[in-house]
Amino acid sequence: MITTAKPGRYGEFGGQYLPETLMPAVAELEAAWLDARADTDFQNELARVLHDWVGRPTPLTDAPRLARAVGLARVLLKREDLAHTGAHKINSAVGQALLAKRMGKHRVVAETGAGQHGVASAAACALLGLECVVYMGTVDARRQHANVFRMKLLGAEVREVDAGSRTLKDAVNEAIRDWVTNVRTTYYLLGSAIGPHPYPAMVRDFQAVIGREAREQALALLGGLPDVVVACVGGGSNAIGIFSAFLDDPSVKIVGVEAGGEGIASGKHAASIVGGSVGVLHGSRTLVLQDDQGQIRETHSVSAGLDYPGVGPEHAALARSGRVRYVARTDREALDAFALLSRSEGIIPALEPAHAIAELPAIAKDDPSQTVLLCLSGRGDKDLEIVMGEGLVR
Amino acid sequence: MTISTAPTGTARIARAFARARAERRLALVVYLTVGYPDKAATGGLLRAALDGGADVLELGVPFSDPLADGATVQRASEIALRQRVSLTDCLAEATTIVRERDAAVLLMGYANPFLSYRGGLSGFASDAARAGVAGIIVPDLPSEESAEFDAALDPEGLARIDLYAPTTPDDRLARLVPAARGFVYCVSLAGVTGARRALGADVATFVARVRRHTALPIAVGFGISTAEHVGSLRGVADAVVVGSAALDAVSGAPADGRPEALRAFVSTLAAAGKS
Repeated sequence: MITTAKPGRYGEFGGQYLPETLMPAVAELEAAWLDARADTDFQNELARVLHDWVGRPTPLTDAPRLARAVGLARVLLKREDLAHTGAHKINSAVGQALLAKRMGKHRVVAETGAGQHGVASAAACALLGLECVVYMGTVDARRQHANVFRMKLLGAEVREVDAGSRTLKDAVNEAIRDWVTNVRTTYYLLGSAIGPHPYPAMVRDFQAVIGREAREQALALLGGLPDVVVACVGGGSNAIGIFSAFLDDPSVKIVGVEAGGEGIASGKHAASIVGGSVGVLHGSRTLVLQDDQGQIRETHSVSAGLDYPGVGPEHAALARSGRVRYVARTDREALDAFALLSRSEGIIPALEPAHAIAELPAIAKDDPSQTVLLCLSGRGDKDLEIVMGEGLVR
Repeated sequence: MTISTAPTGTARIARAFARARAERRLALVVYLTVGYPDKAATGGLLRAALDGGADVLELGVPFSDPLADGATVQRASEIALRQRVSLTDCLAEATTIVRERDAAVLLMGYANPFLSYRGGLSGFASDAARAGVAGIIVPDLPSEESAEFDAALDPEGLARIDLYAPTTPDDRLARLVPAARGFVYCVSLAGVTGARRALGADVATFVARVRRHTALPIAVGFGISTAEHVGSLRGVADAVVVGSAALDAVSGAPADGRPEALRAFVSTLAAAGKS
């Protein structure tokens, strides 16, 4: 863990760059979160819901055919795709929805890119009887229209955002505007480890269950730690969740894989760490994709869930310290990896973790004898229409 | 540093508020996004706002992700950015209007473009002081994050005008308001900028809560759109800020009639602040 001089600071990154109207709200949220964290009743209730409703613990799957195909000794998949609603997003959504209810907030707003966080929020709100409004860019709503239907089926209201790049960043802007306006009654259920403090720390806390389980499962299976832990990074919630259990193990190499789009040199990508610079976006100082005037750039990725011009501040700090190595894989590499896992192991991954799978050959090249733990953050059903035109099936 | 007899930006702000107070009227602050509806129009619109009776000008620095702004300013920013309007362009507009009219000018914009200015925050501060700018308003910069801005602005005599909201609790007001410089900017309601039919019901109570902690003039902004709104703030605040409604006045007029439409609109608000 990166030690912070003051809460919410990760070295030079983090903070609370927010309108004054929201400052009391984030203070209230931080106090409520710390209080819930220390309350065994809350923790027991969260554990019960994670077990009975989310289906945790998720399995750790040995993937020998994938390992052989990429030239590695062993690959272990942490199966967040098998969590309820099909992705890791549910871990934080249900934790935060329980917190919202505890705070007496009956209305929840959320943003979504690929729709996974929107679906998870809608499901958690349905479970707890909370009103749910999800903001989604019109571009994302079109490419992920099945998830729009899912959210509506779960009782959420989906508000499409037709501003800016019409993707995740604009959905975040609009969710924050709603929060500013309705702050007294509304809880903002942020999906990634981004935004103002306490969100990056709180989302990591709720997602750390991935790392805790995976570490225990790996120790049982291997009798030791994996050599490498790898995960995809958009805002970085699944990655920080699994990384958090291994940051203090110097023997474990950690790799975060960003969305390289059409290649970093093309400028059409969403790799904020590999291709970005220091800036302020959505309440946090972090690494962002911006032009020389400080305007946030439009991003590109085949994966809507990674299509975001910033990254969680803790990832920025982990990149700066060198503890985690961040790389980028292109759309094409992710699509090939998508097909590879489907055929080799009978698991169709989401396009987001397909970027992490695409990094495996490079890790093998480094040292083929390594055992790699990979966070399979979600399943690929939502992406079938997108990949159908990509020539993956002969 | 240059030795000059021209008043500083801060002195221009103080003078503008003092003049309004002496005339027993509300001071009028008008916000316009630089580069809306196009780059060439900005100078004429700023002059028109002054002709209509604006005491202070707020030059809006466009940003790609204006999360404290409603639809009107968002759209104006998008249009300005399509013409690649930069912070440097905003300083150039400020320089011109200050030279020409001795106007009191603030820049309002989000943190990131200021942080990205070539030469950094201190480079910005010295260029802004040279342009005659009085200070900046940064809606996504609460006092917790403002230290590096103040370190750059203070030596140049520039003020950072903080925003306070109805949600700001009393203990926070007591801690922050006494440090305010220039004037105190109160946000009329919990929400984003944008014209509204009615003002927040608790504006007067909120302004009274703030006034307990300062002798500086108090301006109220966000949502103020009509002469009625302005009139209702007489005896409550010392100044009003009008932004989205001014942009609406501009966009509602035919291309060749925009400065006149803005002047006329501003003058009705100015009149409402008098009687």
